[in-house]
Amino acid sequence: LPRGAGIVLRVTGDPERVEEVVARLRAALEPDQVVTHPHQLRTYESDGLLQYKVSPGAVVLPETAEEVRAVVRACYEARVPWVARGAGSGLSGGALPVADGILIALSRLTRVIEVDLDNQRIVVEPGVTNSAVSAAVAPTHFYPPDPSSQIVCSIGGNVAENSGGAHCFKYGFTTNYVCGLEVVLPDGEVVMLGGKEPDLPGYDLIGAFVGSEGTLGVATKVVLRVVPVPAAVKTMVAFFHSTEQAGAAVSGIVSSGTVPGAIEMMDQLSIQASEQQAHAGFPLDAGAALIVELDGAVEECEARFEGVVAICAENGARETRVARNEVERALIWKARKAAFASMGRVAANYYVQDGVIPRTRLPEVLHRISELSEEYGMRVANVFHAGDGNLHPLVCYDGDEDAARAEELAGKIVEVCVDAGGSITGEHGVGFDKKRYMGKMFGEPDLAAFQKLRCAFDPDGLANPGKVMPTPRLCGEVPGPYRQHPLERAGLAERF
Amino acid sequence: VPRRETPGSAEAVAALLAASAAEGLTVRVTGGGTKLAWGGVGHEPDVELSTSALTAVVEHNEGDLTAVVQAGVPLALAQQRFASVGQMLALDPPLGDGDGATLGGVVATGDSGPRRHRHGAPRDLVLGVTVALADGTVARAGGKVIKNVAGYDLGKLFAGSLGTLGVIVELAVRLHPLPRTAATLVVSGGDAEELARTASTLAHAPLELECLDVRWTDGEGAVLARFTGDSAEAQAHGAAALVGGATQIVGDDAGIWDAQRAGQRSATGAVVRVSGVQTQLGQLLRWADREGASAVGRAGLGLSWLMLDAADPDRAAARVAALRRELAPAACVLLDAPAAVRDRVDAWGPVDPGLLAMTRRVKERFDPAATCNPGVFVGGV
Repeated sequence: LPRGAGIVLRVTGDPERVEEVVARLRAALEPDQVVTHPHQLRTYESDGLLQYKVSPGAVVLPETAEEVRAVVRACYEARVPWVARGAGSGLSGGALPVADGILIALSRLTRVIEVDLDNQRIVVEPGVTNSAVSAAVAPTHFYPPDPSSQIVCSIGGNVAENSGGAHCFKYGFTTNYVCGLEVVLPDGEVVMLGGKEPDLPGYDLIGAFVGSEGTLGVATKVVLRVVPVPAAVKTMVAFFHSTEQAGAAVSGIVSSGTVPGAIEMMDQLSIQASEQQAHAGFPLDAGAALIVELDGAVEECEARFEGVVAICAENGARETRVARNEVERALIWKARKAAFASMGRVAANYYVQDGVIPRTRLPEVLHRISELSEEYGMRVANVFHAGDGNLHPLVCYDGDEDAARAEELAGKIVEVCVDAGGSITGEHGVGFDKKRYMGKMFGEPDLAAFQKLRCAFDPDGLANPGKVMPTPRLCGEVPGPYRQHPLERAGLAERF
Repeated sequence: VPRRETPGSAEAVAALLAASAAEGLTVRVTGGGTKLAWGGVGHEPDVELSTSALTAVVEHNEGDLTAVVQAGVPLALAQQRFASVGQMLALDPPLGDGDGATLGGVVATGDSGPRRHRHGAPRDLVLGVTVALADGTVARAGGKVIKNVAGYDLGKLFAGSLGTLGVIVELAVRLHPLPRTAATLVVSGGDAEELARTASTLAHAPLELECLDVRWTDGEGAVLARFTGDSAEAQAHGAAALVGGATQIVGDDAGIWDAQRAGQRSATGAVVRVSGVQTQLGQLLRWADREGASAVGRAGLGLSWLMLDAADPDRAAARVAALRRELAPAACVLLDAPAAVRDRVDAWGPVDPGLLAMTRRVKERFDPAATCNPGVFVGGV
């Protein structure tokens, strides 16, 4: 191991210490804010990924940033591990509790603290939902990251996961919109990272914190950038005989210099499932549906849109439907957004995978997925954020006895993505579920570098332990002395 | 005089850092050497590590609009290569003497130009990073696909870190289509508040702006709004209708934007980068007017560069201090300045003690022996 890489350890809580923390918090909080009844704890034992269940030692429901700080501080003093939870809609087990640890549910921190439209900023507490942010700055502005779960998912969770969504190919991800964070560090200290202003002096700790999956601390206040609503939106769906044709159309559109607001693909099985719920009139025999949305200036949208329609035709689109009004646009999106939920109508169970590939490798990766599907005798539906190469294969299976094989197949798909030069996760996070794949993407020195960052924030390993990193590690002391700077020696500078 | 080294591989960089750390030597990393004075006044390093032997464009994935580039590649050269297929890295900071700025240097300093309005800072365009660390290891973070949330985003941590955590040796970046046509709406005037109102109107309108800048010199200024795409000129006309004053639409607008970039640097004056909010723009321009300073800025972002006369270092230092008082809590960071000014001013200005503590904790984990560029970062880190 490289110097400072740490020692492998096993994460376990200590029930007696949890009791100590619970007693302390009961004294400080209202009775309904500290949950310990096993029946009530069950609500919190999974996040959106139901395969894993762990009952926490206790659930605490703080209502203010100060209360969050008190909970974290109590945990720190008793060395009890804790997990922060937003809406619990995550799909990687990132909010899976630690047994004999504390689960800090942030669902009561729902205040919009400040709407500063003059500066195109909004300041919110972490429990505010993604949709509520856009609603608070409407109708002139909006908040672009739009995960499918946006009605329920919280900004705090979005920050932890660096959430994306259908529109992030053009607009970027959560990390491109967070400009300030008030963070409770794992030792209970509070630090303000960034603010409304860009490029404040210091390391870009916001960039490090966003997407850190709750392992560096807990955000209690989030400053977000919002942008003007585009003047025009034009949406269409084109139907192709095959995903290869649709994929070629995506490449054609992107290489023409157009950056669509969204560009989403569904394969035949997804269309068939979605149609049963959305009734959008998508043809059931189409091999692929490609949804393209352009937004921006009216003139530019019009000019580019014709080009997009032409590129689809050139690549064999058998039919193209252009939304003529908001109702038709909503119907197209309803079909896309129903793809996950409606899968239950064509399969008893399904496992949602989240992988990324370089977009140009799409044909070969799809081919490999269909081979794996045949090999395992399990159907795989494919839904993609096609612009950024983010695949969501849905592995269908029947009984619980097939769950392990379905997961194995999903794991093979992740390997195919990594082998193609991609990633094990584009937006769902590593969490608990995918830490076993981290070694496929990163080597020991990479993981050791991650651990350096982790240790700077959380040397005791109390924040969401057992997530992200494939094997838990202990930080230990800072390796080596911090040498005095010559300016310090000369008395010209001092450390604070 | 520091010993100069030009390692030719990531592993060689890491080995050099580890050997230096073991011997207690300090290392300053240099790219094009165009921004060496930025940050606090450090001390003369024992070793100067140049990235000039790391000059490969490792991958240019045209179809994926991504590239993997070694840190020592001059940004101008990389851009030529991307432009040959109608693409760009949407980073357009001033490139310094002889257009020498390297990609690694631009990312390590977090420098940016007018396209930042739409495309963001270096941290927003970096998909993955390979760094050499003082413990002798080479570590990668991120990836080379546009979307990826696996592992910590060390690319952002290293962007703007001025070489104090380790050496960036390779970067994976996102590319964008190079706009085929552009047009700039110029709204000129001598009333600082009115220009600020114009900028605000344009920043808040449903326009798709490539750039939104402001400039101010000798009592005169302008708001500059750049549009791209086939309908660039039509978009500019549409925007002109939203604002009053003396408007002009310029089709051949490259010179306007070169001048904005140039306004971020100075060989003789003192340049202060102001991190503020949009609504401070009027106040900032009035201050510039009163003090005889010139300014360029990203009007929609709250980011501005003020150029002060530095002939009298005491007076320049006093004005930096006055500017900090005037615009607080905005951060006013001294970038280019003659040594006599740098000696009289803390380049970073006041920084929150809690943030400083975190900064030190990160530094101690990545570079425990303070081998990498010590002293130049906030708080003398």
